[in-house]
Amino acid sequence: MATDRIDIRHVAKLARLALTEDEIATFGPQLGHLLTFVDELAELDTADVHATAQVVPSRNVQRDDVLRPETKLSHADALRNAPNAQHGFFAVPRIIADES
Amino acid sequence: MDPIRDSARVIARSVNARDVSAAEIAEAVIPHVARVDSSLDAYLELTPELMRAHARRVDERVAAGETLPLAGVPLAIKDNMCFTGTRTTAGSKILENFTAVYTATAVQRLLDAGALPIGKTNLDEFAMGSSGENSALKKTRNPYDLERVPGGSSAGSAAAVGGFAATISTGSDTGGSIREPAAFCNVVGFKPTYGRVSRYGLIAFASSLDQIGPFARTVEDAALAYDVMGGHDPLDATSVDRPLEPTAGALRTDLRGVRVGVVREFATGELGPAIDAVYQKAYADLAALGAEVVEVELPTAKYGLATYYLIAPAECSSNLARFDGVRYGLRVDGPDVGEMYERTRAAGFGPEVKRRILIGTYALSSGYYDAYYVKAQKARTRIAEDFARAFERCDVIASPAASSPAFGFNAKSDPVSMYLMDYYTIPVSLAGLPSLSVPCGAVVPEGGSRPMPMGLQLASPLFTERELLGYAHAYEQATKHAEKLSPIEVATA
Repeated sequence: MATDRIDIRHVAKLARLALTEDEIATFGPQLGHLLTFVDELAELDTADVHATAQVVPSRNVQRDDVLRPETKLSHADALRNAPNAQHGFFAVPRIIADES
Repeated sequence: MDPIRDSARVIARSVNARDVSAAEIAEAVIPHVARVDSSLDAYLELTPELMRAHARRVDERVAAGETLPLAGVPLAIKDNMCFTGTRTTAGSKILENFTAVYTATAVQRLLDAGALPIGKTNLDEFAMGSSGENSALKKTRNPYDLERVPGGSSAGSAAAVGGFAATISTGSDTGGSIREPAAFCNVVGFKPTYGRVSRYGLIAFASSLDQIGPFARTVEDAALAYDVMGGHDPLDATSVDRPLEPTAGALRTDLRGVRVGVVREFATGELGPAIDAVYQKAYADLAALGAEVVEVELPTAKYGLATYYLIAPAECSSNLARFDGVRYGLRVDGPDVGEMYERTRAAGFGPEVKRRILIGTYALSSGYYDAYYVKAQKARTRIAEDFARAFERCDVIASPAASSPAFGFNAKSDPVSMYLMDYYTIPVSLAGLPSLSVPCGAVVPEGGSRPMPMGLQLASPLFTERELLGYAHAYEQATKHAEKLSPIEVATA
């Protein structure tokens, strides 16, 4: 059954996305339907076909390792949109356990 | 000169000739847009003070002897493009209070060319959608029937230009997000070749497909905007380093010697007799201009949607990983950093974005990567090869831009039925080709009371923007479909 094709709780964990029970109930069948829809790709012969990451001929681009004035972001601007900034840094919940 | 209705070309010429000042244009446009937008809701934010400041600067430059290609042209900016000092939301709760600290290259080039920023336009959240309804912030209406959607994802940019609340606007197109709303709103929407317009400052959705392009009411204005926006930018590593020839000289008025391909697999009979008639007439009009109309085959195009709905979500799941509540945007606190991420993203993203993150994460996850993501990338190769073969027999491919005219709100509750709107645009995007939608007629949709515009999609080989705009110009000048309809606000003004 389409609903069971995807372990939505596991995928949500990988995606760092908390889902409500309602969302799981709604998204499960919708994603199952979408997977059924993309199944038609199986009938397309792709043996000996290379995978296209990007269609326009391109090569790796490197630049000189120098500061570009036009892309310089001030410390204040870099922190301007921070939800929580302290002492000039982005502040996050503690990630190392307290040993005491 | 009418700053509301005239073309960008006419406005710029008048300002450069100092027949009218950019400041006068701003003072005429600001109250007009505020009034029109009270029913359209195309804009998330109006920036009258920035518009006035830019107008002063344009007037100073013109007074100093400069000629600017977009002098005094009112411009709307899709709100997934950074513009310093404005909120840049991507239509999402997660960025509802994000203020841009730099400006996208494409936007900067338009402003440097003399365009005046009216404001930032609504969009489907993170540019994911085909109706505008996925915006978490606003419901934009179609200027030709307020009870219908404007299309998406560049909903507000298309509605603003179609509703005479902007002269030109910026859009971004990943699978049809410029072309489909252009068709719905009776305007020209142009997606250049992948890499032609810098994506620096564009909030990323699917990086191998995203491309910025203009909306305008004429092909000539779209070409004018493209000439300014396009070209290499060292700040975008995928920006193509090829010279950009000005398109002005390519805007032809006939199609003699041009082979137009009509795709066998895109037969329009199943779209209903009224829509079919619009496209049969369009193909006949192309022939009447001197084109040789030939049938071409794209046998793998029908796999375009399935291919796209693996590749685009996969790339989106990766791109949107950056929204974690640490550096910018919404944060919902939790007992540890992991829960903070999960709660922030749960509260900040809307349902369509969540669906795409989930399907993309699944397609990239261990055990499924080859079966889904790599398979889709191989299908993409086959689709691009089909187009290359078709272009051995024709110079440009003509097709519908969308499967129907604009539909009513809440008409597409099932995600896959919404995805089908982009049946004709998605294969072109996967192949990276330049393409545009140009108005080609109107039909009264089922349940509707007014004729709604339709768009003709034209697509041509990589890097042939000049030729493509030339073909579209010839068709537009011979048919002038856009002028046959009036948006509701203008009709009743």
